[in-house]
Amino acid sequence: MQKYSAFELFKNSVSHHENWPRMWENPVPKKKYDIIIIGGGGHGLATAYYLAKEHGITNIAVLEKGHLGSGNICRNTTIVRSNYLWDESAHLYEHAMKLWEGLSQDLNYNVMFSQRGVYHLCHTLQDIRDNERLTYANRLNGVDNEMVDAEQLQREIPLLDCSDKTRFPILGASVQRRAGNARHDAVAWGYARGAAMRGVDLIQNCEVTDMVIENNTIVGVKTKQHGVIKADRVGCVTAGHSGVMAKMAGFELPVESHPLQALVSEPIKPVLDTVVMSNHVHGYMSQSNKGDLVIGAGIDSYLGYGQRGSYSIIEHTVQAIVEMFPEVSRVRMNRQWGGIVDTTPDACPIISATPVKGLFFNCGWGTGGFKATPGSGHVFAATLAQGKAHELAEPFSIERFHNGALIDEHGAAAVAH
Amino acid sequence: MLCIFCPHCGEYREEEEFSARGQAHIKRPEDPEACSDEEWGNYMFFRKNPKGLHHELWVHSAGCGKFFNMTRDTVSYEIKETYKIGEQPSVVAAEK
Repeated sequence: MQKYSAFELFKNSVSHHENWPRMWENPVPKKKYDIIIIGGGGHGLATAYYLAKEHGITNIAVLEKGHLGSGNICRNTTIVRSNYLWDESAHLYEHAMKLWEGLSQDLNYNVMFSQRGVYHLCHTLQDIRDNERLTYANRLNGVDNEMVDAEQLQREIPLLDCSDKTRFPILGASVQRRAGNARHDAVAWGYARGAAMRGVDLIQNCEVTDMVIENNTIVGVKTKQHGVIKADRVGCVTAGHSGVMAKMAGFELPVESHPLQALVSEPIKPVLDTVVMSNHVHGYMSQSNKGDLVIGAGIDSYLGYGQRGSYSIIEHTVQAIVEMFPEVSRVRMNRQWGGIVDTTPDACPIISATPVKGLFFNCGWGTGGFKATPGSGHVFAATLAQGKAHELAEPFSIERFHNGALIDEHGAAAVAH
Repeated sequence: MLCIFCPHCGEYREEEEFSARGQAHIKRPEDPEACSDEEWGNYMFFRKNPKGLHHELWVHSAGCGKFFNMTRDTVSYEIKETYKIGEQPSVVAAEK
């Protein structure tokens, strides 16, 4: 497959860019693979990519029930950061951050990763204390983070209302300057292209309806469109539907699926060159390269598979945004959508072997999966290749819900999950 | 916006008055000290996550403040029934 370069760009401009080759084909699945990955989203495609690239395993199929990158990878608000409080999660997300920093070069595909900084606003004394603790914890783990006071914050983000006239005046913020955002679709496409280039079969419109298990060992999966496809190992990376997949394999997961929604405004001129989140008034906003304001907030509190959210959540979200950025109060919203996120009791992912031999799960990323895409794929690829957990994935075993070694990231990190 | 019938107030009210509190009908083990780690972990953390009918615990937090149960479809979000704590649901999913 073709390598992208300035020269290729020039060459194709001569033919009006009409002769670029396909980035991947639509192969007919083989009868048997070494590894099957269920779920062709960001994490699944990244897993396939690193399996092929770093572990030399190319007899892999990625089975996707819809089209590639049609789930949460195209529904999130594209924020990337690694300022997590606890060691286990800080190491995992920082691992991802390091991969992000070289990702466009590695994939030979521009994922438009922009380290524009992410601010966590503090509105109370407790917020300040929590964020200072977070800052110091991060620095001890080699993750950059710093505190700024309200005056400096106002200088850095003119759009933000840092006056004392608001209902919850802003006292300061912690900022991770290496954080930022990336073009989410490009991440899926870049990984898909990279995987396909190395011989991975990307099978779209192929829904897994059952697992084929013999003697408590996985031997393949049953699909709606292509019958049984055999495999030595199966990795399940199906986000919101992980609970449904686990049920097929005959065990339960400690995940609950909730709708999480986001909205974007009409495109406006550049007003915000960074990402601002507030846990206290509960909303966050950035501006995309197109100019739309990208806005998100919390999950719906009830279970839902509907890929749509509740209107009351939108109202609260917009209230929070207007509280922080009064100037955008008359900007019209363009689109609103929802994704299904699989949340765990401790808000940390599950990257783990399961009671079924040869079957591995990578799920439970909840509301923060996008930022981890490269790291998640990287450690899950190693886990699948070796048949045992990668060093960074070890603490995220499903066993923690029985032995009590939870990674309590939920409230402690003082971040908008 | 869900429109929810509070069985205590006997009225339909808007979703914003209520809070969802997860799966209903979870029984605390009779003798916690005698539980294995697995039993206790299952009780603490493992919840049903059905794509379809689900029985949930809700509280009318900005209303009467009382807890009640709800049977709801998690795909269509249709509320089949609400009933008081201690009562059993009349709409149940067919066992596979």
